[in-house]
Amino acid sequence: MTLPATEHPLRLAARADRDGLMQRHPAIFHPSPARRIRAGLVIALLVGLFGYGLVVLEFDGARLVSGIGKLGQFLWFMLPPSTDTWAKFFVYLHALAETVAIAFLGTFTAAILALPVGFLVAKNIVPNVVIHFLSRRIVDTIRGVDELIWALIWVSVVGLGPFAGVLALICSNFGLFSKLFSEAIEAADRKASEGIASSGGGKLHGIRFGILPQVLPIFGSQVLYFFESNTRSATIIGIVGAGGIGLHLAEQIRVLEYQHVSALILMILVTVGIIDQVSTRLRFALIGERAAP
Amino acid sequence: MSTAVPRLPDHQLSALAGAYAEAVAAKRRQLYIGLGLFVLAYIVAGIVAEVRPTTFFTNLWRFTDYIGRIFTLEQGAAAGRFVLFDVVEWMWGFDKWMKLLWETLLIAYVGTLIGAIGGFAFSFLSARNLTPNSTIGFLAKRWLEFFRTVPEIVFALIFVVAFGLGPVPGVLAIALHTFGALGKQFAEVAENIDMKPVDGLTATGATWSECMRFAVVPQVLSNYASYALLRFEVNVRGAAVMGFVGAGGIGQDLVEAIRKFYYSDVSAILVLIIATVMVIDLATERLRHHLIGLDQRS
Repeated sequence: MTLPATEHPLRLAARADRDGLMQRHPAIFHPSPARRIRAGLVIALLVGLFGYGLVVLEFDGARLVSGIGKLGQFLWFMLPPSTDTWAKFFVYLHALAETVAIAFLGTFTAAILALPVGFLVAKNIVPNVVIHFLSRRIVDTIRGVDELIWALIWVSVVGLGPFAGVLALICSNFGLFSKLFSEAIEAADRKASEGIASSGGGKLHGIRFGILPQVLPIFGSQVLYFFESNTRSATIIGIVGAGGIGLHLAEQIRVLEYQHVSALILMILVTVGIIDQVSTRLRFALIGERAAP
Repeated sequence: MSTAVPRLPDHQLSALAGAYAEAVAAKRRQLYIGLGLFVLAYIVAGIVAEVRPTTFFTNLWRFTDYIGRIFTLEQGAAAGRFVLFDVVEWMWGFDKWMKLLWETLLIAYVGTLIGAIGGFAFSFLSARNLTPNSTIGFLAKRWLEFFRTVPEIVFALIFVVAFGLGPVPGVLAIALHTFGALGKQFAEVAENIDMKPVDGLTATGATWSECMRFAVVPQVLSNYASYALLRFEVNVRGAAVMGFVGAGGIGQDLVEAIRKFYYSDVSAILVLIIATVMVIDLATERLRHHLIGLDQRS
């Protein structure tokens, strides 16, 4: 690389004083060998595990190339997105409405159910170590099961259809919201409830007038935030037969109707985008623009 | 000690009290309208999603029955009793399942790493303060948004058709989704950096890539690693269900156990998955605290 004819004076000055700079900042010009070795080891470990993973997971070049070739073909077949007939479009639209309904019911029912549990799990409301520990573990276990697994289980209980999806979303969100709510309650400012206690209010008064007004907007914001992510989840639980647009998506991919697939994906993206916008607006209205994460 | 609170004369007080009552009433009205709309939406959603409370309550025993059943042994000496009476029988496929779990972890790891590398590169392109020009920034953002919004299992469904059954489509699906998700989070980190080092390097005539390497990367690396670890945790859960669509990992065995009603296998695999996820959660949490600690010390 050729340097420009007129160099910046700052650069010239820095270069003139190179020895001095090196002396004053030895750690930058010559990092200690221990640090270098540690960084090298971490990188070697990451890369080694990566290489090992590629071998174990049976990655091979020929398969990748042919797969990417096929993907390119699919992309070509996907254009333009189309549902062929309007009748089909309305079928998909109905499934999409079902998906949104599943997400709505799943999110808000879970939130209503998690509200009392969140208080029970919070350390500052129920200061019993045993109850706290047990309820936390139960909530964590419910949360640890993916909604697709819940969907499969509920399908074998209430049969195929969107209702199983609603129940699956309620289960997985119940664990999530209980945890989030209890954390918000634990982080609430205690001054308000202490003030109520000092003026003669009972424990329930403290919760109702001291803590609830602080945490309700936070709860609302969290619930709205997850409404959007649940819409995405609701699109996929149809893959295991729990209603919504996922059923059509999986079916169209299996029968290689790529124009339908791209139309469906487009419909999902637009819906998720709209719900994202709406929930963001509502959240800002609830807690103010700056505080929203 | 007592203090007397001065009491306003009644005519002034009544005006204020009236204004207060009105403000409260207005707020109440708003609340009731909001609640009414919510209940309406709830009922409409219930009709669309074919919620049948009666079916639910008449079938609820099936759920408890199911949970009871998956924790009951089907075979062996202790058949018909709680699974813990014969752990060896319950965990009969332990070696096979651990192997699949290891495969699941590898899928999550390789997918996360590929996605993180892509997200790393795109974060500099899409961060508002670093982007080389606004068109590239806009395109990079939309690109990331697309990969983030399409659920990974949808990618997996398509990739299974293109690459065939096995872990390869699972890895690629997770990598793509991670690429979108981490790209956005990384860009947010990069948007919050201290711009002074970047200005300093620009002043000495450094190119864009030199600026990124020497002014930005040292500031963001620990936060990036922390987000990547968090995403790894999420991806372990995601990889556990990749097998549902034939994209490798433990999900294949789980879906088979659920569909074919191998009751005790369902609980055995679920317990193993939950335990693995918890161990990974704890490990990554410690690593992340370590990373954040490093950042604050330096």
